[in-house]
Amino acid sequence: MELLLLIILIFMIVGSIIAIETKNLLSAVISVGVVGFCLSIAFLILGAPDIAITQVVVEILILVILIRATITTDNTAIERHWDTFSFISSLIFFGLFLVFAWLAVQELPRFGEPLLRVSSDYLETGPEKSGATNIVTGILLDFRAYDTIGEATVLFTSIVGAFVILRRRGRKHRKDMDREKVGILQDEDIKKDFRGF
Amino acid sequence: MILYFLALVLFVMGLYCLVAKKNIIKKIIGITITEYSINLFLILLGYRSGGVAPILLKGMPRSEIALHSVDPLPQALVLTSIVIGLGVLALMVAICLRLYEKYKTFDMSEINELRG
Repeated sequence: MELLLLIILIFMIVGSIIAIETKNLLSAVISVGVVGFCLSIAFLILGAPDIAITQVVVEILILVILIRATITTDNTAIERHWDTFSFISSLIFFGLFLVFAWLAVQELPRFGEPLLRVSSDYLETGPEKSGATNIVTGILLDFRAYDTIGEATVLFTSIVGAFVILRRRGRKHRKDMDREKVGILQDEDIKKDFRGF
Repeated sequence: MILYFLALVLFVMGLYCLVAKKNIIKKIIGITITEYSINLFLILLGYRSGGVAPILLKGMPRSEIALHSVDPLPQALVLTSIVIGLGVLALMVAICLRLYEKYKTFDMSEINELRG
């Protein structure tokens, strides 16, 4: 089990290296797809089928959105002179981060032995209290329903924001609106009306 | 242990892509990879060795699921996080397409220079 997860994680790391370092944007997007689908397989192995299904659906949508962004645009590589100071400083910072991460990981509970302080209560009393056979949905919609409301709010806000940004035409000018309301025709409208004759 | 560490390595790589790359789409890809690694880390923390999914099947006694199931709480929260990630990515891509319409490039430094 652990070996399989190790292989999948190494595959994910290789896929993300390709996604980060490749020159063509479309291949980078497809490599992100590789990482995401490997992630969904890892979720399936880790005993989380709900998240695996969600991850597959979301990954397909992410691919569609990102391919829409890259396929019609100019996706040539950006050649820039390399800033040595920022490269070295970021390398040092990330190295330090990894060292401290390695030290912190030693203090976590070992893999395969979770703490289950809150969740044991959910697991024992969840089916009776919420009536759901799937305990994850029981937590999502019953014990932690406020979180789900917050999620819906965030999702609504972000989608409304995307719509507003991508809207093709802004609001009409007040003068045009008044003119339409009164019914005064502009020159173009008159031309359009007489084009048929 | 090594699995946690590899998830954090993935996190650092996404962070590197976010910081060092000039292309905006590459930055979005970095944010996506970071998100993936954090979700994976949380799910890894809740795994119980030999555990089953927290779903009560037909004929399964309730005590068994309390003894053998994996942690359901990170799963519920990660489910929320994945969907929020999709919404945020849609917003970021929309902003990027608007920037491309205005400046005809994805290059971050050129967009900065044009600001005046």
